Amino acid sequence: MTDVFIYDHVRTPRGRGKKDGALHEVPSVRLAAKVLEAVRDRNGLDTEKVDDIIMGCVDPVMDAGAVIPKAAAFEAGYSTKAPGMQISRFCASGLDAVNFGAAKIAQGADDIVVAGGVESMSRIGLGMSGGAWFMDPSVNFPAYFMPQGVSADLIATKYGFSRDDVDAYAVESQRRAAHAWENGYFARSVIPVKDINGLVILDRDEHMRPGTDMQALASLQPSFQMPGEMGGFEAVAIQAHPEIEAINYVHHAGNSSGIVDGAAAVLLGSKEGGSILGAKPRGRIKAFANIGSDPALMLTGPVDVTEKLFARTGMTLSDIDLFELNEAFAAVVLRYCQAFDIPQDRINVNGGAIAMGHPLGATGAMILGTVLDELERRDLNTALVTLCIGAGMGTATIVERV
Amino acid sequence: MSAYKNFSIETDADGIALVTWDMPDKSMNVFTTEVMDELDRIIDQVVADAAIKGVVITSGKSSFSGGADLSMIQASFDLLRQAQAEDPATAVQKLFDAAGRMTWLFRKLETCGKPWVAAINGTCMGGAFEMSLACHGRVASSDKALKIALPEVKVGIFPGAGGTQRVPRLANAQDALQMMTTGQSLTGARAKAMGLVHQVVEPDQLIPAAKQMIRDGLKPVQPWDEKGFKAPGGGIWTPAAAQLWPAAPAILRRETAGNYPGALAILKCVYEGLQVPFETGLRIEQRYFTHVLQTTEAFSMIRSLFVSMQELGKGARRPAGQPKVEFRKVAVVGAGFMGASIAYVTAAAGIPVVLVDRDQQAADKGRTHSESLVKAAQQKGRTTEEEGRALLERITATADYSALADADLVIEAVFEDRTVKKEVTEKIEAVLKEDAIFASNTSTLPITGLAGNSKRPDQFIGIHFFSPVEKMMLVEVILGKETGDRALATALDYVATIRKTPIVVNDTRGFYVNRCVFRYIAEAYDMLIEGVPAAMIENAAKMAGMPVGPLSLNDEVAVDLSYKIFKASIADLGPESVDPRHMALVAGLVEKEGRLGRKAGKGFYDYPPKPAKKKLWPGLKDLYPQKEPEEVDVGELKQRILVTIALEAARTMEEGIVTDPREADVGSILGFGFAPYTGGTLSYIDGMGAKAFVALCETLAAKYGPHFQPTPLLKDMAAKGETFYGRFAPQGRKAA
Repeated sequence: MTDVFIYDHVRTPRGRGKKDGALHEVPSVRLAAKVLEAVRDRNGLDTEKVDDIIMGCVDPVMDAGAVIPKAAAFEAGYSTKAPGMQISRFCASGLDAVNFGAAKIAQGADDIVVAGGVESMSRIGLGMSGGAWFMDPSVNFPAYFMPQGVSADLIATKYGFSRDDVDAYAVESQRRAAHAWENGYFARSVIPVKDINGLVILDRDEHMRPGTDMQALASLQPSFQMPGEMGGFEAVAIQAHPEIEAINYVHHAGNSSGIVDGAAAVLLGSKEGGSILGAKPRGRIKAFANIGSDPALMLTGPVDVTEKLFARTGMTLSDIDLFELNEAFAAVVLRYCQAFDIPQDRINVNGGAIAMGHPLGATGAMILGTVLDELERRDLNTALVTLCIGAGMGTATIVERV
Repeated sequence: MSAYKNFSIETDADGIALVTWDMPDKSMNVFTTEVMDELDRIIDQVVADAAIKGVVITSGKSSFSGGADLSMIQASFDLLRQAQAEDPATAVQKLFDAAGRMTWLFRKLETCGKPWVAAINGTCMGGAFEMSLACHGRVASSDKALKIALPEVKVGIFPGAGGTQRVPRLANAQDALQMMTTGQSLTGARAKAMGLVHQVVEPDQLIPAAKQMIRDGLKPVQPWDEKGFKAPGGGIWTPAAAQLWPAAPAILRRETAGNYPGALAILKCVYEGLQVPFETGLRIEQRYFTHVLQTTEAFSMIRSLFVSMQELGKGARRPAGQPKVEFRKVAVVGAGFMGASIAYVTAAAGIPVVLVDRDQQAADKGRTHSESLVKAAQQKGRTTEEEGRALLERITATADYSALADADLVIEAVFEDRTVKKEVTEKIEAVLKEDAIFASNTSTLPITGLAGNSKRPDQFIGIHFFSPVEKMMLVEVILGKETGDRALATALDYVATIRKTPIVVNDTRGFYVNRCVFRYIAEAYDMLIEGVPAAMIENAAKMAGMPVGPLSLNDEVAVDLSYKIFKASIADLGPESVDPRHMALVAGLVEKEGRLGRKAGKGFYDYPPKPAKKKLWPGLKDLYPQKEPEEVDVGELKQRILVTIALEAARTMEEGIVTDPREADVGSILGFGFAPYTGGTLSYIDGMGAKAFVALCETLAAKYGPHFQPTPLLKDMAAKGETFYGRFAPQGRKAA
């Protein structure tokens, strides 16, 4: 098997995923094009040599439809020889795009792959691509379908996390993200989104609320009590986990991931790819795995996939210096830490999606980059990146510096 | 002169044919094969006769129609079995074709080229409403007794003659799903608001209004056959649908725990059907209908919840040769909660009642109960002022026993104490006319013993009501050793008059229903003692199809009552008759914790003031070392709950307490809500087969104790491959 190296990675800042968000005016394809341009220009990449462009996109419809990476390649001015494909594994799509690209390189099919993801949630709302999973009774029923927030509240109830626990985690996420921004930890990877004249549209994560405290969060009403109680989903949760008498609704906008717009790209290559690029690798994709998990808990896949990955690699918790787990909901991270007894100072050390937002298809590639930067800054070696996924799945990747 | 047995046709000067459906020898019109054949020919005649411009179809009965004759559906089960025996390869195809008969007949009606209007003069159910939906116009009478419903889901099937396709093409999908998955009844006004009928008119205007629709040029084309048709709300891929469909299965799961294939099939038919052309939708519905017809649930539910319930209601167990009893007066002695409620349901059925207690004040208090029930019914619009007043006037509260002298039936509902009952029985018989029947509403004391207090034990019987009497549809009629046929006939006529369903059981401690209920609660005690989390016990029971969890039920009937029953049982039958661990649990709750049940605001649950919800008492966790949820097999909890009850029902058959499987099944569903999708306790066993049931019992006995040991009868049935309905063929009917 050929080694797979990471040569560079970039991301856009994350714009608030609403009509008044700064990136709302930027079409999905242009967000994707921005990161393709950046990896090319920063690395002097001859795009004729790009074997594939793989991007995650969860709702690839309307202006994100019809194979958005190939469309973005046109807008970015890539060689017509560079092909593109779009994939979805819901929230882990960006990381799965990287893993997919890594697999092609490892197999020897490709030398240079640009992998990443894009989601303009302000332009294309959640669920806009439809789907049998939640719409078709023949699937919805056996899948124990619930809105993810109800599953997050089920996790909190089952594993005993109180409203204070999840709020405290959210406050810390905001504090860490603000600290990282203030100290320039993201400077190397975040590229400003500029207009056609070179004027800056957005250069900072727009969703953050630095200084958020427990008191501010305490005033927020639980977001998922209504669907849970009125929509029948609490009964679904209880029938899947009947030791629970009633759901404790603890999640709200302040301790759940933000809805945002953004894109990311990771420049992957073999050793040969590196000589074509004339660049030194920054990291190596050591291993990755996917798994299906309890569909009602839905968001505990990271626990299962981490166990699978350790079993396959023979690695253990002590081999991992830093963990990066997408902050879909606070309870997801708390459960992961509880399951493996991971201290909080080794996970999501620069904050995460609760503070900065979760542009679905792009997030996996973004947090892979974030943790690689942090390994370099702390001069550590190995990190595990993982995301929880709709319908009950998990994706994880172990990355190490070279 | 008519060419049809079930229909008459009269064509007026405008060329409008009035087709009147009026089946001879039936009080209500139903769809039979013959009716379908005739309707088929009528459609041909209408098409062929140039003089006929359009059709109004109505009923000659007070109701429009009750829908398909479910014995026809039962016949399709026989057809399937026969076809499977002959040629399994083509059996399902035959069932599919039979299942489509009504579907394509109604499709023929709506595409025949001439306009049809249904003039719905009275209650219109199931297949009959599906036929109405195939008509181009629908006019309903404003008669307040008129009900429209697609109730098929209640007997384990679903509207399979176009209902799942036409309703959501007329009404919005949410209303359509609600109507069909609950089987709820609609008033004419509600049906009109939903878009299911075009007009609601005074009864005498019904036919003129229906004819007028045709004279006004009603198009013989359904909306869904017009170009560019869109379902209300726009179909499946719309923002409104994105709100509805993810939640619809969740709500169904909340209401049914996924135990009813017919209900889930409705969702699938609507979801898939709205994405395709109408006729394709009909075919999808036909496929699901064929599939659901093959389920054990459909077979068992139709048998118990329709056929058997109807047969028992019509007096299947009534002894022959006894003249029907008209009740001129019924006396209820004992004006406590049960007695007062019995007086109410009796008066509500139009029978004059004397309510007797030891003093006027106590008797009056019993009558007050009826007053509050009448007031509540009036507030909900279920009764008029006048009806309510008339009902109350039929109840006379008195302390004077002589008032009951001329009663046809006396129901004794005094305190459950042999001495008290003896005294009261003697006082009653001192004044009661010779030929009157004496009934005791005891729930715990054997009838034969109580009959010993009577001078005429052949006229002595048990009539066991369930609480709350106004709501519970079941009555257990208990035969003492010497109870005669006239007493039984009188009791059954009384139960029929108050519109409840009787089961007749022989005398034993706990009779039938309570014996089963004790097993239900006892199994929950076992689980608690094993350390199964209490919420898991309650949820597993509900997931198994029980309406109320066993611990919640125990709180309702009172934990201290369980304690008293245990003590009585030990006193009467010896200490081995009660599991000492159960005794310790109940004694601890009652004596140490004062947790007497709901009435005390605390039992297995805590009952905070409303609107807060009841919550399991956290102290339950400390009573026994708790298991981790992952260690507990929920599927097995569900099985234990159903099996322990079904096994007790089988014992009552073996002991001859219950003699007719229909009564065991119907009694279990109406008496304590035993998982209706199974068709009842014995259908549950028949449904899986005695052999599988015995094997399951043995597995459970090895793990959870000898109370799961299969009985000799069950082992014999397993060896012979018998069913309860085969071995104990219901009286007066061939084996099903």
